[in-house]
Amino acid sequence: MSVVAARAGTSKRRTAQRSATQRTLISKAQLNRRGSKLTYRIVLTLVVIVFTLVFIGPLYFLFTDGLKSTQEAGQVPPTFFPAHIHPGTYVTAWNTLSVGRLMFNTLYYAFGALAFQLIFDVAAAYALSKLRPVLGNAIFGMMLATLMIPSTVLIVPQYLTVANLPILHMNLIGTPEAIWLPSVANAFSIFLLKRFFDSIPSELMDAAAIDGASPLRALRSIVLPISRPILGVVTIFGFVTVWKDFLWPLLVESGYTPTRETINVGITGATTTPENLIIAASAIAAIPTIIFFLIFQRNILSGLTAGSLKG
Amino acid sequence: MTDTAVTLSKAEGSPGPLKRPAARSRRSQQVRRNLSAHGFLIGAVLCFALFSWYPMAREIIMSFQKTHLGVTTWAGWLNYSRIFHDPTFWTAWRNTLEFTGLALVFGYAVPFFTAILLNELRHARGYLRVLVYLPVMLPPASALLLFSYFYDPTSGLFNRILQLLHLPTSQWVQSPGTSMPTTAMIAVVIAATWMNMGAATLIYLAALQNIPGELYEAAELDGAGLFRRIWHVTVPQTRLILSMLLMLQIVATMQMFIEAFILTGGPGVNDNTLSVVDLIYIYAFSMSGSSNYNSASALGVVLMLVLGAFSGAYLWLSRDRG
Repeated sequence: MSVVAARAGTSKRRTAQRSATQRTLISKAQLNRRGSKLTYRIVLTLVVIVFTLVFIGPLYFLFTDGLKSTQEAGQVPPTFFPAHIHPGTYVTAWNTLSVGRLMFNTLYYAFGALAFQLIFDVAAAYALSKLRPVLGNAIFGMMLATLMIPSTVLIVPQYLTVANLPILHMNLIGTPEAIWLPSVANAFSIFLLKRFFDSIPSELMDAAAIDGASPLRALRSIVLPISRPILGVVTIFGFVTVWKDFLWPLLVESGYTPTRETINVGITGATTTPENLIIAASAIAAIPTIIFFLIFQRNILSGLTAGSLKG
Repeated sequence: MTDTAVTLSKAEGSPGPLKRPAARSRRSQQVRRNLSAHGFLIGAVLCFALFSWYPMAREIIMSFQKTHLGVTTWAGWLNYSRIFHDPTFWTAWRNTLEFTGLALVFGYAVPFFTAILLNELRHARGYLRVLVYLPVMLPPASALLLFSYFYDPTSGLFNRILQLLHLPTSQWVQSPGTSMPTTAMIAVVIAATWMNMGAATLIYLAALQNIPGELYEAAELDGAGLFRRIWHVTVPQTRLILSMLLMLQIVATMQMFIEAFILTGGPGVNDNTLSVVDLIYIYAFSMSGSSNYNSASALGVVLMLVLGAFSGAYLWLSRDRG
């Protein structure tokens, strides 16, 4: 990851410098020849059409199938355009699958996890990078070691631990903490944050210490304002991870009334519901993420290369 | 931890009574500094201990134990011999490796060529980048439910398109075949690739933009055609990223769960889409009557060793130029 992050950093800088003159596989001179220009036009058009079909096409059906009536949706052969616009399907889906509740749950889990992650992981990365306590490197090493073992492998003992926390003997199953607290154990966030904090000059920290700033004050007034970009990356990926997670919420939040499931688990579990209602619910579930993506598109795409290599 | 700090400053402070106050304040300063540092660390360390380090140790211990009527006893290799003698264990591994292999053919080659193509285009780049990444952002359940709708053998879109083109239709994810590569698994991989290829494509695209143009210039002067330029310039220049994406792809695909869980219900027809993670899930949580955490842990340990090896290789590859 470190390499990708570092490389993406340099690549962005370099492309900024040379984007005008950058030479790729095919040279400019070659492109400017008459025949090549035509070929390029054709290839470009084809690529745009094919990509739009492949990536937007399914979304077209995601949204229009929800406009069909249940009868039309199950029809053989399927129709490409809804014969009668039937927005009632969306309303029925919203009500029968309690999509609003599912979305609220998911947002609640995601924001809570994010808050815990930002507080604990930023504090930890700051301590490891700037306060450098005894045994700090050993702790950091043990955190990094967890990167080697994806948490999917540990679901059984993790589930049993959450069901009965050692020493405290608390059962977190069904509580939001069952999602919030494990999300703090994210070595990747700590790694990204620590790497960024390491690049903050120590003179700055020394100056703050001489002025009598406590470590907390230095974190708040110096480190955090400088670290906005990396905090953005960690925020987006922390949020998206919870939003996309499936197996863990399936285990710890299923089977309650009113439902405590996430949107992913909730719309999957409804096997008896007619197909077009499920598709309509999927479409509703997709809308916030699409809007979120279109708004933060820039940050997400540049953050991606800075370290999304997880998941 | 604080002990060491204290002894250190004691040694410094010993020479004479005169230096004492300064030494004490330095010592207490050091202690305080360490205390506050550990105070900053404590939240994350507790979470790691509870939800990462402890489960890791517990999984290994549990895999050697058995629980009968609430009494836990040492079982030696019993759980391991049980899972190795379970034919579904080998089916699950075979399927998982099949998925990983197919996902490499699709999910690794497709982003590679897509990135090269996108890097050559001078127009619509922003639009195409957003397009490729859009499915990655969708809730995976939405995307997979949509695909299971498309894959429906009677009323699904894909068979309709095949019919319109006068091609033979398919049972897609419900195909019963078990000879590799199975149609069902290919269908699962297609959906998974559509969902996930955006990330690899964009990471690879960033790497491509880092290749110095002079290298292509030189290759062209030496008379290298398009494909030789890809093979002799593009590939070697991005080898590090390529090998890291490879490792990541392997580790991610070996944990396949949600794809088959939604598209085929998990095991699928004749267990032909049963994955290792799904088998862990079935052993631990959905075996009728007897959920067996200990055998599930043994399965987990096996998967942990395999994934650990790949993750280790990945970390080792990404280490030297960090």
